[in-house]
Amino acid sequence: MKKDLILCGVGGQGILSIATVIGEAATKAGLFLKQAEVHGMSQRGGDVQSNLRLSDTEIYSDLIPKAKADLLISMEPMEVLRYLPYLNKNSWIVTNSKPFVNIPDYPDEAKLFAELDTFPNLKKLDIEEVAKSIMMPKSANMVLLGMAAKYLEILSVDQLKEAIKTVFARKGEAIVEANLKAFEEGMKN
Amino acid sequence: MEKTLLLGDEAVALGAIYAGLSGVYAYPGTPSTEITEFIQNNPLAKQRNIHSKWSTNEKTAMEAALGMSYAGKRALVCMKHVGMNVCADAFINSAVTGVNGGLVVLAADDPSMHSSQNEQDSRFYGKFAMIPIFEPSNQQEAFDMMKVAFELSEKLQEPVLMRVVTRLAHSRAAVEIDDVKEMNAFNPSTSRGWVLLPGIAKKQYAALIEKQTEIKAAAEKSVYNRTENYGNDLAVVACGIGYNYVKEAVENYGVKGIKLLKISQYPLPEQAVLSLTKDCKKILVVEDGQPVVEEDVKRIVGDKAEVLGRLTGDLPRQGELTPDAVAQAFGVKIEEDFKPAQNLANRPPQLCQGCGHRDVYGALKEVITKYENARVFGDIGCYTLGALPPFQALASCVDMGASITMAKGAADAGLFPAIAVIGDSTFTHSGMTGLLDAVNENANITVIISDNLTTGMTGGQDSAGLNKYEAICIGLGVDPQHVRVVVPMPKNMPEITRIIEEEINYNGVSVIIPRRECMQTLKRHKKK
Repeated sequence: MKKDLILCGVGGQGILSIATVIGEAATKAGLFLKQAEVHGMSQRGGDVQSNLRLSDTEIYSDLIPKAKADLLISMEPMEVLRYLPYLNKNSWIVTNSKPFVNIPDYPDEAKLFAELDTFPNLKKLDIEEVAKSIMMPKSANMVLLGMAAKYLEILSVDQLKEAIKTVFARKGEAIVEANLKAFEEGMKN
Repeated sequence: MEKTLLLGDEAVALGAIYAGLSGVYAYPGTPSTEITEFIQNNPLAKQRNIHSKWSTNEKTAMEAALGMSYAGKRALVCMKHVGMNVCADAFINSAVTGVNGGLVVLAADDPSMHSSQNEQDSRFYGKFAMIPIFEPSNQQEAFDMMKVAFELSEKLQEPVLMRVVTRLAHSRAAVEIDDVKEMNAFNPSTSRGWVLLPGIAKKQYAALIEKQTEIKAAAEKSVYNRTENYGNDLAVVACGIGYNYVKEAVENYGVKGIKLLKISQYPLPEQAVLSLTKDCKKILVVEDGQPVVEEDVKRIVGDKAEVLGRLTGDLPRQGELTPDAVAQAFGVKIEEDFKPAQNLANRPPQLCQGCGHRDVYGALKEVITKYENARVFGDIGCYTLGALPPFQALASCVDMGASITMAKGAADAGLFPAIAVIGDSTFTHSGMTGLLDAVNENANITVIISDNLTTGMTGGQDSAGLNKYEAICIGLGVDPQHVRVVVPMPKNMPEITRIIEEEINYNGVSVIIPRRECMQTLKRHKKK
């Protein structure tokens, strides 16, 4: 099996933590993995993305070809639209519905959501609200990962949970629990 | 064997440590920064006391590494591609002196200019210096090649260049780790070849020319250059990560009938290239960067085959390679399922909320509206973002240090007020000499050293001149009365604007140092 994922958002929103968890799970599962990241200038509030490729056979390109991504996980609703060329009719989109407005020409939100709603394979949720409701405001990205878990297919929920434990272990038991809870909350949606 | 998930940069770093490295010398620059940072934090590197402190610029780094090599130890120099311009003098001459302990120079190129001002190809520098070049195509090769590169450097007694690109430097994959080598013993050179007086330099250069046969032979028999045969319709020379995109086209789009020559060590093996023309009349060159190999292949094959690539438009002339661009070069039609988005805006990077540079630009903007011809010459760093809205305050951004010297040149031509904005780390990297020029001619410029106590753009590395800026400026001859320090905060705005105006109106060199810690490092310090 092969899964090509794009993670996207705005610099500073924590997409690399999602990538780290998936990367850890994939490595433990013995899968081949390539994960292209954005470092440098864009991390200062610009658009950022990571191409994550998982497969049980060797992967060559670090980048996902156009129209070949299986899943787009977005921390920000408008950012979804930036990666349309990489999606196809069967791709799934899992996105935060809370806009991050740090530019003067952010599109009209009603129009933005109307456009997003034209995609049948789209799931959106205000993950920041969910994270706050369970008193874990910093774990919104794990809520999003929970939402996306069933579309990952190449990794099981248990494998992802194990990876969350490993990745956050050095931050202490409380942080691990918070992130697991956020992940489970995301799975309900 | 142990497998670890590593960035390309980290694979380079770990490869160097395992190859018996004694010191890394570098100035931060995207996409090379993570190499040195990895070595700084690696337990084995700490245990072995491997040198890993940041250098003031790429030239001091290159020279210090050459000194370590002189003493018999293995040294690594890391930089982004434009850093090669800064260290070029030392780099080119290191091929003439030759080396003692293994010396590997790592240049991280940035095709598509994700975080750079050009997309120059460092392989030109390797050719220019007449030394071997390695160009890994994946993270595993990046790790493995480090050992091979150090061994070849010591065998040839020449520096070796390793070139990576952003997509490899900043992409992760699992890497198999092998055994750790011992570090070299202290063994200073006794050769006279290091003294490049003309008489000696001529002999050294002759020796370098003579070594070319061995350097070429090493590339001809390199395990990293190999042919894969899928047919005779089209020959493909795929360099570095270009190889991955060709393989992707074969696997994903069913491209058939190619004879593939993978290149990861230079000089380009001429025999291998020539042998492609036996069966194929067309050769496609797939390289991430400028058409270095394409031109070379043309020279080698002459009229025996048609050469296609970036120069012929079969691949885009500009920008990094993508799997799509390479597939299209094979005639694959890429079809997109969706129409372009309607409700999408650009989201350029911006200065952090609360950043001191914001207050500097806020004040500058207010003051310079009073002067019809005011120009602010910018430099390389976060504060270059002052060129974008809402500030749109910069007239230029060219290279490290150019703010001060361009302001001086413009002032020489009569521009007033000529203002330079430069960061603390960029100032010590390449701004100090320009300031001395300005002082020596009492140029009428106002220099703002926006001091956030760190090298901010690349993530907060040590700044070489920390706590020394007033002393440096006064030492270079700036009148102490015109070295002014302010704290860039909204509440100090009246004071800052007043001081900027006073110093603009002073006829001579003045330096204003707005000083407040970078928000990024402040956050990290608070967490600790």
